[in-house]
Amino acid sequence: MGKYHGQATTVLRPRTTQQVSDIVKFCASRRIGIVPQGGNTGLVGGSISLQKEIVLSLGAMNSVRSFDPVSGSLVADAGCILESLSDHIAPHNHIMPLDLGAKGSCQIGGNLSTNAGGLRLLRYGSLHGTVLGLEVVLPDGTVLDQLSTLRKDNTGYDLKQLFVGAEGTLGVITGVSILTPPAPQASNNIFLALPHFKNVLPLFQTAKRQLGEILSAFEYIDRTAYDMALEHDLGPILNPDEVGDAQCFVLVETSGGNHEHDMEKLNNLLESLMSADQPLIYTGTLSQSPAQFASIWALREGLTECVQKEGKPYKYDVSVPLADFQSVVDTVRERLISKGLYGDHAVSKVMGYGHVGDGNLHLNVIAKHGYRPELEAALEPFIYELVASHKGSVSAEHGIGSMKTSALRYSKDDVSIEWMRKIKQVFDPLNIMNPGKVLPSA
Amino acid sequence: MRPSAVRLLNILVPVKRAVDYAVKIRVNPEQTGIDLNVKHSMNPFDEIAVEEAVRIRERLKDAVKSIKVVTIGPPKSSETLRTALAMGADSAIHVEIPESAPSPEPLGVAKALKAIIERQSEGVDVVIMGKQAIDDDAGQTGQMLAGLMGWAQATFASKVDVDAAQKVAHVTREIDGGLEELRCRLPLVVTTDLRLNEPRYASLPNIMKAKKKPLEKLTPADLGIDFTPRLETIKVTEPPKRVGGGKVENVDQLLAKLKEAGITARRA
Repeated sequence: MGKYHGQATTVLRPRTTQQVSDIVKFCASRRIGIVPQGGNTGLVGGSISLQKEIVLSLGAMNSVRSFDPVSGSLVADAGCILESLSDHIAPHNHIMPLDLGAKGSCQIGGNLSTNAGGLRLLRYGSLHGTVLGLEVVLPDGTVLDQLSTLRKDNTGYDLKQLFVGAEGTLGVITGVSILTPPAPQASNNIFLALPHFKNVLPLFQTAKRQLGEILSAFEYIDRTAYDMALEHDLGPILNPDEVGDAQCFVLVETSGGNHEHDMEKLNNLLESLMSADQPLIYTGTLSQSPAQFASIWALREGLTECVQKEGKPYKYDVSVPLADFQSVVDTVRERLISKGLYGDHAVSKVMGYGHVGDGNLHLNVIAKHGYRPELEAALEPFIYELVASHKGSVSAEHGIGSMKTSALRYSKDDVSIEWMRKIKQVFDPLNIMNPGKVLPSA
Repeated sequence: MRPSAVRLLNILVPVKRAVDYAVKIRVNPEQTGIDLNVKHSMNPFDEIAVEEAVRIRERLKDAVKSIKVVTIGPPKSSETLRTALAMGADSAIHVEIPESAPSPEPLGVAKALKAIIERQSEGVDVVIMGKQAIDDDAGQTGQMLAGLMGWAQATFASKVDVDAAQKVAHVTREIDGGLEELRCRLPLVVTTDLRLNEPRYASLPNIMKAKKKPLEKLTPADLGIDFTPRLETIKVTEPPKRVGGGKVENVDQLLAKLKEAGITARRA
């Protein structure tokens, strides 16, 4: 995005866990700061060196250690790219429990360190649930080997959970053991145009009820984002006459074990939507081939790239109640209008899209001509206060990094933050592990 | 000027359910064919054919009386017909063959289509079909059908303009040297090329309507056709795997390697 600029003069690329341990021991003895880095696809400046800390890249540790096709447990080096892992287990008819737009570059160690969410969380749950074990190099160089493939193991405090989402501030993840679900035999998706935002919630409830266990994704795209996608040739998928003045769009994906069974559920859902007295949708489409399935997803997954092409984006990844999605976007737009910052001269577009099924909104504010301090001042802490007023999270899945350390207090109270500091002190008293990230300076 | 009598057109679109183009195909262990336990969908050129028929109706409106789609295939092929109906066809014909039967060959298909055309009480004016199926890449059926029927043919079409009143069509064909423009008298067989159009997604209202459209089931015996293959596939193998290249240190080594490979300089 060009928003963060690292200061590191040294990058190290170890090949083994022992090398990582040696590096960390050396750095601890000299009080040299370390920034663990995976695929460098983070959006909150968590993987950059702020004060000339060395960058410790895991990219050269990219071997799969083992895969058990019966249980689905996969053990791999932290530097394995997510998409490569998907390709590795595909012949065994398994898939990774997470999927995100950055899959071609992001590494599994980074995914675990940030507790990455993504498009499949609705169906397979968070990494806290699918992680079976971790191998971590602690800030004093000790190797913590909890690389188990056991599904159930209640023996003492579950230390690995601390490192999931710690963003590299408590240790360096070098090995991952993760549970991979069986690949669906049948996948379908539908793309729907809704007259107003207030239909999204009843649509979600209907979809959950009628599709049941085959529902695997439920994504939201507002009108601004949809129009932008069309301008960038990500479509057309729906007939513009049928779309009319639709205010928002929903993508629903199903994944199941039996094609006929899934089609029956989908057809029942579509019938009930189209023939209702007060239809929740104007129109939609159902993928008729793998090619259409892929291009319907491409519209949703391509939004992030379109946003980059339109200007410099201010991205806010927040959790708010589903019913408030549209009002949050509208309130931010009104704020910019009131400050005279809305228009082609400053902020050209304010849009929302995201994992509405998880209550996760990606609010994108596009600065057509680049980042400017007065834009940031208008947005922050306004947006954080707005999210806090909804008792939401200022970072649903992207993490804190260096960008949101001052915003942490909008979603976690002082008691929580104080105990986070105590834990940090226990693991990393010298503060060499990714300093300046997650916790605000005292 | 006297208005010409309105000629109503009946369009027939044959479609084929084939292995989806995005699938990574693998040769089966017996080396007799490819693993067919993969995703199938409508042959992309046939999708273009269905789309063109629907667009012709959008242009000529009431002059198009019917758009019928037909397929020859196992029971699952009826899904392909439903997709075509959802795109805008009016009715469908399914010539059902057993799941285990081998895929019909172009001549067999052409003869079956001839029999189907002759069964249509109102006749057929235009047959629009894909130029080839992406599983066998034969590219023969359209031409054979035109020959059997004694009809005009315009293959590899990138543009089709039908004049219902005059009973002619102007078709632009893609050929090696560029484009060829033909004026054909109906009845006519058109085969579609990639640039003819971009097929639409089936919209939900149309998917709902498609469920109620008529689908007629026939057997090969009903048509008096025998689909027994006349060709025997002896062996199917993957192309030889690419062997890696080598690096040389300098020009002398390069010349030595070229000489080894039998490549020498020749005087002009």
